[in-house]
Amino acid sequence: MSDSSRLRIVVLRVLVLSILLTLLGRLAYLQVAEGPRFQKSAADNRVREVITTAARGQILDDRGLPLVRNRTALVVSVTRSIVRSQKKHGALELARLAKVIGVPAAQIALLITPCGEKLKNGTKANKKTGCWNGSPYQPVPVKTYASDKPAEVKRVLAIEEHAEDFPGVRAQYEAVREYPGGSLAAHVLGYLGPLTPEEALKPEYKALAPDTEVGRAGVEAVYDERLRGRDGVQRLQVDKDSAVTGTLSSTPARSGDNLVLSIDSAVQRVAEKALADGINRARTQFDKGRGKNFTADKGAAIVVEASTGRVVAMASYPAYDPTAFVGGISVQAYKALTTAPAQPLISNAVQGLYAPGSTFKIVSTASAVAAGYPLSARVYPCPPQFKIGTSIKRNFEGESYGTLDFRETLIRSCDTVYYRLAVDQWSRDGATQNLKTAKEVFARQARQWGFGKQTGIDLPDERSGIITDRTSTYANWVKNKGEYCKGARTRTKGTFRQLFDQEKCTDGYRYNAGDAANFIIGQGDVLVTPLQLTMAFAAVVNGGTLYKPQLAKGFLSADGRTESVLRPVKAAQVPATQAVLDYIKSALAGVVSPPGTAQGAFQGFPLSALPIGGKTGTADVDGVAPTSWFASFAPVDNSRFVTVVMVPEGGTGGTTAAPIVRKIWDGIYGLEGAKAQLAGGVLPTALPVVRADGTIAPPGTKVPRLPRLVPATASPSSGTSALGPFSGLPWAIEPRRTRGSS
Amino acid sequence: MTDWSTPRVSPVRLRPREVTVRERMLDRASPLRQLDWLLLFAVAALVSVGGLLIWSATRQRELALGGDPHAFLKKHILNATIGLILGTAAALIDYRALRAYAPVVYIASCLGLIAVLSPLGSTINGAHSWIVLPAGFQIQPSEFAKLAIVVGMAMLLGEKRDGESRPRDSDVLAVLGLCLVPMALVMLQPDLGTTMVFIFVILGVLSVAGAPARWVVGLLVAGVIAGAFVAPHILKSYQLDRFRVVANPAAQLGGAGYNVHQALIANGSGGLFGKGLFHGTQTQGRFIPEQQTDFIFTVAGEELGLIGASLIIVLLGIVLWRGLRIASQATDTFGQLVAAGVVSWFAFQSFVNIGMTLGIMPVTGLPLPFLSYGGSSMFANLIAIGLLQNVHLRSREI
Repeated sequence: MSDSSRLRIVVLRVLVLSILLTLLGRLAYLQVAEGPRFQKSAADNRVREVITTAARGQILDDRGLPLVRNRTALVVSVTRSIVRSQKKHGALELARLAKVIGVPAAQIALLITPCGEKLKNGTKANKKTGCWNGSPYQPVPVKTYASDKPAEVKRVLAIEEHAEDFPGVRAQYEAVREYPGGSLAAHVLGYLGPLTPEEALKPEYKALAPDTEVGRAGVEAVYDERLRGRDGVQRLQVDKDSAVTGTLSSTPARSGDNLVLSIDSAVQRVAEKALADGINRARTQFDKGRGKNFTADKGAAIVVEASTGRVVAMASYPAYDPTAFVGGISVQAYKALTTAPAQPLISNAVQGLYAPGSTFKIVSTASAVAAGYPLSARVYPCPPQFKIGTSIKRNFEGESYGTLDFRETLIRSCDTVYYRLAVDQWSRDGATQNLKTAKEVFARQARQWGFGKQTGIDLPDERSGIITDRTSTYANWVKNKGEYCKGARTRTKGTFRQLFDQEKCTDGYRYNAGDAANFIIGQGDVLVTPLQLTMAFAAVVNGGTLYKPQLAKGFLSADGRTESVLRPVKAAQVPATQAVLDYIKSALAGVVSPPGTAQGAFQGFPLSALPIGGKTGTADVDGVAPTSWFASFAPVDNSRFVTVVMVPEGGTGGTTAAPIVRKIWDGIYGLEGAKAQLAGGVLPTALPVVRADGTIAPPGTKVPRLPRLVPATASPSSGTSALGPFSGLPWAIEPRRTRGSS
Repeated sequence: MTDWSTPRVSPVRLRPREVTVRERMLDRASPLRQLDWLLLFAVAALVSVGGLLIWSATRQRELALGGDPHAFLKKHILNATIGLILGTAAALIDYRALRAYAPVVYIASCLGLIAVLSPLGSTINGAHSWIVLPAGFQIQPSEFAKLAIVVGMAMLLGEKRDGESRPRDSDVLAVLGLCLVPMALVMLQPDLGTTMVFIFVILGVLSVAGAPARWVVGLLVAGVIAGAFVAPHILKSYQLDRFRVVANPAAQLGGAGYNVHQALIANGSGGLFGKGLFHGTQTQGRFIPEQQTDFIFTVAGEELGLIGASLIIVLLGIVLWRGLRIASQATDTFGQLVAAGVVSWFAFQSFVNIGMTLGIMPVTGLPLPFLSYGGSSMFANLIAIGLLQNVHLRSREI
């Protein structure tokens, strides 16, 4: 063979060698340098997580009656990956399903489309069009039947019977929330809603199944994590057809704890009924000031245990039925709730801000004493009117009572006494000057009484209210003067609004004597929540402790083996001596009998059976009827409860709010023909107990602590059944684990 | 003067001893002694490893279908056995007869390729490359066409070399004419991978034969131009997608990129030592389609790791090295060109096959020589090894 042909083979040899080296190099790069990345991909490939939703804890009242429990609802869900693998991407099947559940096929298709996927029309699937935020391997709920209608159920369950016609479609009973009391305590309880795509990415929600619902309002939101428990996660090894080839790890679901509230459903019901009845009555009353009946479209009623700050009842009118949110609220229904003028989703008790009117005088009185004014001396003149600068401030209906002490002042609610105090103190503090060193006795004391900041109740989005003084007025003016001056220029000259803006524009930075006078009687810029006022009154009668109001009394684990009681939390001590508090308390006891401002409302009330005290408030509001307040406590000695009722645009405190409070006292103590909901006003101290079958028994019930896992009885005889009609379901009998055993 | 009377027997032994089979086998001139044993060892190792990998790749698949988990392993052993017989025949066949058979092999292959395009042909996995015979047998004539082209080219270019050192233009044209028919038939299937193998083999054999550089370069340029301008019109969209996937593997994870993506995961997740035979999650989870044929290398990558997969590449390297050695030691041009053709074929096909599982070559449906499951390919490969041995024996005889 010639040398040249051998040389040409060398070329081929070099080529072959380079080919082999290329392959080796690439192989080493992939397996060593990129290895970890591919190992992760391989793990993602073969591992599927199956999530078992933990049963959400019930919400119970102080006697163990369920306010929120679980029941089963028929849920139709669709697994997209299976439907898409059918002929025509499952179009025929979706059409069949549409007929059965009455949801258009196109809408079902959207609901199961992963969010962000491109649609035919070029847009991406989003929350507006409807989209699925979870894994395409997970069934997507497309319809939930909140209530069982036999015909409907039969039709829907046919899906399961004809599974061959509906591959990937499931119609099964799943646990949903149930509200035995309907709208009872709705603002306290709140409701559930599904996770948004943004929330699902947050660390605290990362472990949740994408169709998990979380608390959206009320205690459902505040105690969401505790109620939710922990979902069970099974990590399965699967092959390419998602057939399971083994289990890698398995964590069983842990049911959420039951939440025990201090709310007593009986008292709550009494308060809600009294509030609604009182509001309806107010609407029949003629408002002379405005020449029509009172609007009275809202209201709040609160009952707290004075010695602990626990909330026994908290009503807000109008209410809503959280059942509307079960299985997802419709867009129309939600819009109706959010756009109604009375805003039923807002809790007026903690989210409504109103001028407290004369109820605020307890704070003003204590503040005046703290500032050095004598407590019991009869030195306070109560003229019919009081002149501040050029303006004249009058007493309500121009009454005049001569010279009074604080006791009589409070009973008769004489404003002019306080005007004088306010202007005195205002002058002493340097009138409109002296931003830095003014003592601001009244504003400072008001803050120490808990106003102008959140009470810290276990509810979301509580408002703090507004307390004004020189500093805050100036800061406000700096912030808003642009608006005022613009209004002064642009509004029609001489109108009320124009003059108002004009004055605010030029003099708004000043804290005038008039502002101080308004402040001291809870008018003007002072805004409080009914709950803040309730806690302040509780402090008057409990020795000066400002408690943090609490709705949650404790938690019971699902198996009842562990319980935890939440202790009362003292937030602050009000700046008043016991003597001052006792003085104010005894003064307020006189309000409900002649010559007190609430004498009419409590005419004939059995004060000997239940001595009560209270303070009316009638807060003037620009352009509308005054806000009606009554803050009350009972019994006068060793007060157990403080009850506050507020009805905006409801007239005077004595005519609208006070009769509502009277009805509440009647209901709690069983007076004037009412049934006693809390005989002797005694609240249970212990938590309810969980029976071995998972049902709840009242506090004090002797329950044998069985080791564990007793099957649920077929039909729980007691009315406190945890489960509704479908007892014996998994969460009743699933292995319940105690904390620490895992 | 010749002594016609002297008997040609040993003076010591009057009667020659019976030569035992063993002695005959060990005789220096025996073909068994003359064989390239290292080449045979490498091929045997590759076929055996292939059997293990096929077993691992098909075990779960067959179990899932309720079949025999050893079915593919058994058929692979059967294929290898038949291939061994065919290869032995190719090694031992008379060298001169081989040239005589070349036209027969060529024509038979072309007829087979035509048959594929006729109603006798059958489509398996998207490629219309098979003839289905009774009793469950399938033949892929394009595998044999590779052999035919190698032998045919060697014949055309090897016969006229006595007086000249290089093929003339007319020889090159004759070679191109020879290759055009099977190439055209293969492209009609369409079988992109085999076409590419043809082109590479033609270039390899022509270069080794010493064809004028203008032809080699010209063919290369023509190939590139055809690839760039003509291919997009001729190729099916799925074939183009396979090229695009190499450029951007992340695209089309559900479509053309699925195989590549899963193959990359399998290879990449193997690491240095692999997950152990039968323990690859990608393999046992059946994430890679056609794993026992075109993607057999991923089983090695995942389950045997860098060590095991490199060993396969090294074994292939030994085969190619021995083939090149045989080519350079060949005593005639025909033998040299046959060996060069076989080496070009195996080298290119191995590169494309392993390259596609490593994401550097498009998916073309070429099997990995000796390792992939498949009868036709195994037969053709082992016949080619037999031819190499034949050339090797021939170079020792003279």
